[in-house]
Amino acid sequence: MGKLYELLEKDIRFEEGLNACMNCGVCTAICPAAEFYNYDPRRIVDIVQSGDENEIEKLLKSEEIWYCGECMSCKTRCPRGNAPGLVIMALRGLSQDLGYFVESEKGRQQLAIKRTVGESILNTGYCVFIDMVTPALHPEQGPNWEWVYENRAELVNRLGGNFKGDGPGILRKIPKETLDELKKIFEVTGGLKRYEKIEFYSHLKAEEMNLELDETLDNEYFRNIYTTNNGSHTKQ
Amino acid sequence: MKLEGKKAIWSEYQKEIADDRYFYVRSCIRQNFFPGSEVAFLRIMKDVLKKDIYEHPCHTTCSGIGYHGDVVPVETTMTVVARQFAIMTEAGYTNYVPSCITSFGLYTEILETWHHFPEIKERVQENLRRATGREFEIPENLAHASDIIFKFRKEIATQAKYRLVNKYTGEPLKVVDHIGCHYAKMFPSKGVGGAEYPYVLAGMVEEWGGQVIDYPERRHCCGFGFRQYLVQANRGFSVACSREKFESMAPFRPDMIITNCPGCPMFLDRWQYVIGEMEGKTYGPNGQGIPVFTYEEVAGLVLGFDPWDLGLQMHQTSCEPVLDKIGIEYDPEEKFTLNKTLAKAKKGKIFV
Repeated sequence: MGKLYELLEKDIRFEEGLNACMNCGVCTAICPAAEFYNYDPRRIVDIVQSGDENEIEKLLKSEEIWYCGECMSCKTRCPRGNAPGLVIMALRGLSQDLGYFVESEKGRQQLAIKRTVGESILNTGYCVFIDMVTPALHPEQGPNWEWVYENRAELVNRLGGNFKGDGPGILRKIPKETLDELKKIFEVTGGLKRYEKIEFYSHLKAEEMNLELDETLDNEYFRNIYTTNNGSHTKQ
Repeated sequence: MKLEGKKAIWSEYQKEIADDRYFYVRSCIRQNFFPGSEVAFLRIMKDVLKKDIYEHPCHTTCSGIGYHGDVVPVETTMTVVARQFAIMTEAGYTNYVPSCITSFGLYTEILETWHHFPEIKERVQENLRRATGREFEIPENLAHASDIIFKFRKEIATQAKYRLVNKYTGEPLKVVDHIGCHYAKMFPSKGVGGAEYPYVLAGMVEEWGGQVIDYPERRHCCGFGFRQYLVQANRGFSVACSREKFESMAPFRPDMIITNCPGCPMFLDRWQYVIGEMEGKTYGPNGQGIPVFTYEEVAGLVLGFDPWDLGLQMHQTSCEPVLDKIGIEYDPEEKFTLNKTLAKAKKGKIFV
């Protein structure tokens, strides 16, 4: 087996997720993403299982590894106890570590997830904090959300929360010492390194695409990766 | 009573759920979109069921959305989870109760991984020691907050003010139960009823007087899909999944939907609005939607909590049709009132 396969084997999710696939296709039959996208988890597991380096490299640079929603319905139904969803997670991890993710439209979106959810973990102690769910970025939240968002502090506290307050409770302020611990965990375990790689390769790609990219969520490259859908991903 | 069919299968999947002394951890999604639900859960545990349940101010996210959004590496997530366990250990608790289904699935996955690969657990302990100086024990019992409400569903029923019954017809309300994918799809033995016949919400509905609807896409994902919602360009996938469920359940004319995952009720609620805007289509009677509830909200309603204390004013799809069918008393004028005390004072209900 080649280098890419060996790198995948180092990921515990790959070891847990792939025993021996017999290509029955039950995973594809149950998969919500396969209903919507041009996506076939059976094919992906088959390619990975073949160990073909060229084909694995193509996968790591492809759109298709980013279609899975990680619902893990495949895990329930696989008669061999495989979890294609876990194989996908290992592929996505490697794609980011090698910088291949920027070669696909869907892969480039990782910067948006890093800058929203990823940063929120370190800044607020939670993956999501209501301040970031702006009506502008989330029109699907509807008109009622505009009222919620505008009055979020009063509303959360009216419901018994502790909005940005000290002590326990809903949407409380996480103490600085706790945020420092989280950051240290990210530093020790490779989390910060992953974030740095996502930024590094995204900046290279932005330069190649001739799009402006600064540290904010309001720049040409961010808007491009957050909103672009070339229409080729789905079944017609 | 002789159990037959699906009920017989359900009875084979019973998990152990601790009955007191819980360590509670909040959900990223729940506290932002359904804060009243977490408040109601703690109120039910403490005031109605008289249980010891503790929240530590220094617990955090499990990092699950980052992990399933694939920006947080597995070893980082495992160490964040280990820190949560360390705080539980330091506080003297052993029964761990997450509010979130993504968290519950992740904790289950991690505990299974550590069980099969003890060397990884040792490495995570070393990581945690280096990063924070903390030590952890794994929980003796892991149960999702909905498991706890399921366990005490009969006690809640005995104290209930309302039942899930249509007051005009006397018929049970027809209820769609939607279980978060990560509750049992990965590890069926860890959920009440397993992955194919989860009973955790159906048991509550039946105990509280409602009737559960079985429909073709009952186990289909709501469509969160992590990156499939987090990035605007992908949200077509998310709404398409919910739409598939609505189309499948609509012929059965459900009165309401009950959910146990923090994200699902938000998507099933909001995507009804979006489908209404995109296609002009609604799935309830008279141009209305199908109201979507968290299980905490439903438990709170049957116990007689004020709907606006439960946060139902945060839903986009109006909940009033269900409140009216059950006969729940509420003041429409207080729905969007932010200061509860002032509102009641104005109405002369209290003197300040």
